[in-house]
Amino acid sequence: MIEALVNLGWNPHIATFVALLLGVVACASFGLIWFTVIGLWLVRKVAARVQDRMGPNRVGPFGLFQVFADLGKMITKEDITPQGADKPIFNIAPLLAIAAVVLIWAVMPFAKTLIGADLSVGALYFISVASLGTLGVLLAGWSSNNKYALIGALRAVAALVSYEVPMVISILVPVLLAGTMSMNGIVEAQHIFYIFAVPLSAFVFFTSNLGETGRAPFDVIEAESELVAGYNIEYTGIKFGMFQAAEFVHSFTSCALMAVLFVGGWRGPGAELPGLAGALFGFIYFFSKSMVIYMLLLWIGNTVPRLRIDQMMAFNWKFLVPLQLVNLLAVAFVAKILQPNYEAVRATAESGSTLGNIYRVFGPEFIADLPRAIALLIVNVIILGGVGLMIRNSIRKERASVEANRAARPPYLGRRTPVEQPAVGD
Amino acid sequence: MQQVNEWLFIGIFFAISWALPAAPILIGGVLGPKRANRLKRETYECGIETVGDAWVQFKVQYYLYAIVFLIFDVEAVFLFPWAAAYNQLGLYAFFEMLIFVGLLGVALLYAWRKGALEWT
Amino acid sequence: MQTVDWVQWLAFGILTLLTIGSALAVVIDRNIFHSALWLLVSLFGVAGLFVMLSAPFLAAVQVLVYMGAIVILIIFAIMLTRRLMGLTEALNTQWWVGGITAIVTFLVIAFVLFQAGQGANPILVREPIAALNGRGVEELGKALVDPAQYALPFELASVLLTAALIGSIVIAREDQ
Repeated sequence: MIEALVNLGWNPHIATFVALLLGVVACASFGLIWFTVIGLWLVRKVAARVQDRMGPNRVGPFGLFQVFADLGKMITKEDITPQGADKPIFNIAPLLAIAAVVLIWAVMPFAKTLIGADLSVGALYFISVASLGTLGVLLAGWSSNNKYALIGALRAVAALVSYEVPMVISILVPVLLAGTMSMNGIVEAQHIFYIFAVPLSAFVFFTSNLGETGRAPFDVIEAESELVAGYNIEYTGIKFGMFQAAEFVHSFTSCALMAVLFVGGWRGPGAELPGLAGALFGFIYFFSKSMVIYMLLLWIGNTVPRLRIDQMMAFNWKFLVPLQLVNLLAVAFVAKILQPNYEAVRATAESGSTLGNIYRVFGPEFIADLPRAIALLIVNVIILGGVGLMIRNSIRKERASVEANRAARPPYLGRRTPVEQPAVGD
Repeated sequence: MQQVNEWLFIGIFFAISWALPAAPILIGGVLGPKRANRLKRETYECGIETVGDAWVQFKVQYYLYAIVFLIFDVEAVFLFPWAAAYNQLGLYAFFEMLIFVGLLGVALLYAWRKGALEWT
Repeated sequence: MQTVDWVQWLAFGILTLLTIGSALAVVIDRNIFHSALWLLVSLFGVAGLFVMLSAPFLAAVQVLVYMGAIVILIIFAIMLTRRLMGLTEALNTQWWVGGITAIVTFLVIAFVLFQAGQGANPILVREPIAALNGRGVEELGKALVDPAQYALPFELASVLLTAALIGSIVIAREDQ
């Protein structure tokens, strides 16, 4: 669609190139620039209100221009490179961090006709690109010539890399249900939003993204920057700002991805219309869904206490990964048994019977998907119940062992042996 | 042929995604003060003098996490084409995948029991 | 189409220079950490070449597995076994053996590719996958589970991965 704009009479090669260039700039800047302007203000206001204070309200009406103040401050700071640091790598690391996040926006479906590049392997592409961000962290920590930066970077990389595993496996579920890896294809196949069919996978995806982007309760990575051991402590000014911006945009990008993969992206009443109206509706639905999920992320982030890094890793490898593997197998089994039969339902919808009329009201694809979705929901609830039972049993066992320990030792009610009183008169 | 245009987009996008952060950094380089002194260039260690060069006790645990991640990454890579073609295959595809994931589940269990997944 | 022609040649040229140049830099650079990073660039060039061969799935896999996991593993291995920021020797005493092996390998591969280009060897001639235009991944998926095609290597890959995991855990825990 974006190419159709500029075939006015220019040289077709140049026209294609310019159209692509404009599209690229629009996509890239959307995530990085336009959202940052609104989002940073939102983050600080929400965090402030949760903590029962005002938040920024000086710069501009309601503090809306705080972003520009921050940006201006950071850009005018001195750029210090520590001695002995590996200069080229030191300078590339923040670029890599931002590039990794911005590249994801190339495959983000804003509306039915508004997508940067509808790659046939979109779902795999965005995971691959996100894994470049991990590399940026490692390079930053290494090139700083600082023990603590290196330790922080290694810990951060271990955590980031661990949380990629359940994320990748949980993306397999929408790909499996939609039968395609293209992002627009996944959105178009969601006649029933996948979050209603496989809420457990959505939960695993959301949680592993919390871990990937270093948001609470997994923000040990961020906390390390507040303490000494952080991978970006040697960075000053706008380079440091780039790392912060990368992490911030990454969190919104993951919410947008969740919206696309599980909550139906640009789907909604009116989004199927051709031309500008459909694009506008689609974009509004996409953006509002991402914002709702982002508010959920902020809410969780400001409420839940931080996990220690060993708790974080245990949660990932011993809970999320096995859970998602079991979930994948269950979903695969149910999806194969109850495979939606679009032709039969469409045929019934075409015929004039009452059932066909009911089908036509709801949309034949929706009805065809319904049995599979309900069965998947039931299976998810069963798995959740099983997991809940296991957790409850282990809590009971632990409580019982603590009680047993306490019962084995009598409570300390006072001195066990009387104090030696000095005899009077000595 | 249509995919060529898509990947051309990605190619241009790649170039732009490096230029986009480079611009503020260059602007910052121009705008910022440049009063470098010896103290600023020292590496940061909570305000005390650094001792020795940057040598870190590298725990083998980091390496194990990276290996387990690599194994599961490759497994997921095998699972992606299977998932994409799943709707067009029969039930035997599920059982083949069951064996595949089952073997790797055994590997995960082994790692768990041997303590390879502990932090320290 | 004219556009596709010279754009493709340009892209191919850039990617080839990138791949071969950074591969050279891997072996020439004295700083071993920089060598690992040049390897990263070279692998990225290979991913680009995969895209040009109409295999986007392989390109994405290359970035995900090679660049995102294996290079990190290599860097960890470097940190585990070497002192930081040390420089290494450019050549060792057996460089002439390595040189002869490299030239012989190059000649063999060039010969095979030349034959494939001419269509002389029936094993190497395949249908162009560009005709699939985006359905390549589904065809790959079907081929992977088809008992008549690649189902056995598929399962054996799982066995290999399990063996790799167990082996690496055994080796890493040995010294504890």
